[in-house]
Amino acid sequence: MPSYTLQINGQQMTVDADADTPILWVLRDHFQLVGTKYGCGIAQCGACTVHVDDVAVRSCSLPIAAVGDAKITTIEGLSEKGNHPVQEAWKAHDVPQCGYCQAGQMMSAAALLKENPNPTDEEIEAAMRGNICRCGTYVRIKAAVKTAASK
Amino acid sequence: MTIVKTHINRRSFFKTTAIAGGGMLLGFSWLASCTPDKVLDEALTMPSEWFNINAFLKIGENGVVTIMSPNPEIGQNVKTSMPMIVAEELDVDWKKVIVEQAPLNTEEFSRQVAGGSQSIRQGWEGLRKAGATARQMLINAAAKRWEINPADCSTSEGMVMGPNGEKIGYGEIAAEAATMDIPTEVALKETADFKIIGSDRGNVDMQGILTGQPLFGIDTRREGMKYAVALRPPAFGQKLVRFDDSAARAVSGVSDVLQFGDKIAVLANSTWAAMKGKKALVAEWTQDSPAESTADHDAKMLELLNTKAAEPLRKDGDVEKAFAEADQVLERIYEAPFLPHNCMEPMNFFADVRADEVELFGPIQTPAGTRKRVAELLGREESQVKVGMSRMGGGFGRRLYGDFALEAAEISKLSNSPIQLVFSREDDMNAGIYRPASKYKIQASIKEGKITGYKLTEVAINSHMYGLIPNFFPAGAFENFQVDAHVLESNITTGAWRAPYTNFLGSAENSFFDELATTMGVDVVQQRLDLLEQAKPIAESDERIQYSPARMQDAIRLVADKAGWGKAPEGVYQGFSAYYSHNTHVAEIAELTMEKGVAVVKKVYCAIDCGIVVNPIAAKNQAEGGIIDGIGHALFGELTFDKGMPSSTNFNSYRMIRMPEAPEVEVYFVENDIAPTGLGEPTLPPAGGAVANALFQATGKRFYKQPYFKEMEVLQ
Repeated sequence: MPSYTLQINGQQMTVDADADTPILWVLRDHFQLVGTKYGCGIAQCGACTVHVDDVAVRSCSLPIAAVGDAKITTIEGLSEKGNHPVQEAWKAHDVPQCGYCQAGQMMSAAALLKENPNPTDEEIEAAMRGNICRCGTYVRIKAAVKTAASK
Repeated sequence: MTIVKTHINRRSFFKTTAIAGGGMLLGFSWLASCTPDKVLDEALTMPSEWFNINAFLKIGENGVVTIMSPNPEIGQNVKTSMPMIVAEELDVDWKKVIVEQAPLNTEEFSRQVAGGSQSIRQGWEGLRKAGATARQMLINAAAKRWEINPADCSTSEGMVMGPNGEKIGYGEIAAEAATMDIPTEVALKETADFKIIGSDRGNVDMQGILTGQPLFGIDTRREGMKYAVALRPPAFGQKLVRFDDSAARAVSGVSDVLQFGDKIAVLANSTWAAMKGKKALVAEWTQDSPAESTADHDAKMLELLNTKAAEPLRKDGDVEKAFAEADQVLERIYEAPFLPHNCMEPMNFFADVRADEVELFGPIQTPAGTRKRVAELLGREESQVKVGMSRMGGGFGRRLYGDFALEAAEISKLSNSPIQLVFSREDDMNAGIYRPASKYKIQASIKEGKITGYKLTEVAINSHMYGLIPNFFPAGAFENFQVDAHVLESNITTGAWRAPYTNFLGSAENSFFDELATTMGVDVVQQRLDLLEQAKPIAESDERIQYSPARMQDAIRLVADKAGWGKAPEGVYQGFSAYYSHNTHVAEIAELTMEKGVAVVKKVYCAIDCGIVVNPIAAKNQAEGGIIDGIGHALFGELTFDKGMPSSTNFNSYRMIRMPEAPEVEVYFVENDIAPTGLGEPTLPPAGGAVANALFQATGKRFYKQPYFKEMEVLQ
């Protein structure tokens, strides 16, 4: 079984895993970083969204062998004290209901704002449409993205 | 002030005080072992000693209070709102409160269930008494120390005050309070004096959710735990004949493959390895009971709708006579498919079946029932089985059933190791306990401009509407009224799905009333208000009637006012809907526009009478979510079957509502002092009807069959 050294949340982490193992399961099962969630396994729901070199990526469909020395950021590493503008905005709008999809939602939102600090409604919808919330918190997510953009 | 009898479980108090002996109380074992889930205020200093006042709360020597949230948290916000009710009557500063998920303890807590939108309604009185009883014990202890009459003392934000300027913090008197006799009567606050209830309080798990802490069942990680996935029959009605696991066992990381019933579990050192192992299994299945298809269901269900039902679920007057004498009878059929629950957190459970004890932990709406069933399955005493509740990544009824917990227990027992069973999304969608497909025939007779009779006929898969529903509106509004129900048995498993039955019936009836009003040339809102007026005498005299016509009228008037009913600008099409369910009255008006020939739901106005609103920010969230969820499923939700196989396996073949399709939602509450009712479900049933009625205004076309998108391009 090959060995990989990954850059996760600013740390070097080494793991023995099959080349096809999705980063999602490396994070969750090997590194106990369970904030990144499993939702569908086929990049359709966004629950597993992480940043790979600041770009939002569905970690369920990213095999470990494809990562190389790219920097991975998970929800646990989004900010040091849980105070990234997106996290602050999520709190201000009391966004979560069950909360399960919200890590992925926040990671998608943070990547959007990094690339486009002042998105229009349409740009927010386009960037966030890959993230499903069965509780239906979309109204608040959208409002929170706008609040975060204003910070 | 209201004086109420407490009926607090005395036995547990004696137990506690007996252990205590002196001033300091030792906790129940489960309390002592608890670590706080979350400190609301980071500046909060943790106490060095805790004093248990009752099962709901303990107070630290420094005045910090821990409140146990008794019910499972499914996303309905009870972990915040239930402790708020205790804190209100205890009269403490919410900033000094720590909330913990209570353990399953049927002696101390009643109804530790998430379901039926009942947590707040049924918990209300007990939670208030728990807080008020503790407050009285703190007063009694202070009064004893000061040698004065407790009746002369008062409290405010965690302090007991005496008549002569005496003052003591709850923390300083908690040790003595814990030894006080349990009062048999306590005073409850007047609603006007509420400081916590009725004000916005953020989710107590917020920081954990924001930073990805392991809150959910699927996040459980234990020493020596194996990851398990299961292969189940691919179609309903199938059984396992034989299987070859040689390729599965060759997958690196796979440690075991075992059969349980007609299922095969693969255990491994990671979820991914277990999933790969499962894919490598070669299994042979045989059809044991009929391979059913949606086309067959539809034909049989339509036939049943035209068959005489055995016994009406409710019968007033004589509808057949009214129909025979009418100028016109409007008759329409409404149809809805099976729906999977699609909780974002797939079903999962941790189980560790050992000789001395069985431990289960995970997302479960019915911990007590599940404990009993696991004990039966394993042939153990219930006292040997522990079931812990994690936060749930949604439930919507699916997590009432506990089948996944039983599977986990069985796999742990057979493998003799702690395991976490995880459903893949495909397992979750295809081993479902679905919202049953259903159809409604609705008939109403019109004579001389009046509705003279109303008949609702249901056909649903596996079971009919529960007993309260036939007594929802419009029962009571018509002299001649009847509800009939037929059941089509199926081997496809069905169960509760957010607002069972009414999740579609609410749409169907509101669509029908809209068409009825159009047919009669009257305004649907005015007609509804009139019909509710008409229902008032019956609602007064007939105990079976569930709703309050006056409260529903209040909600309707409020939503009509806020939405500007009938005054929409050119190009904005409104649809009205109102429905009572789960003890809550809801009225909604949807607005849509046509953009390049495509209907876009822009906004939904919603007015709710749920009595006292405990936590407005979260209550609005529930309403917004219920409406968006309701619209999403009415527009897009559908699971069909072909030869027992579900049509969709994952989100690439099952459409869920996404952000671009979600309308704005404006929520208003009817203000009153009535005891609160729930909000997890009631805003969902009217939502589909509001959209269908707005679609009619926009397109001139009526929508009878969900999902509506098949007949109408909506944001394609």
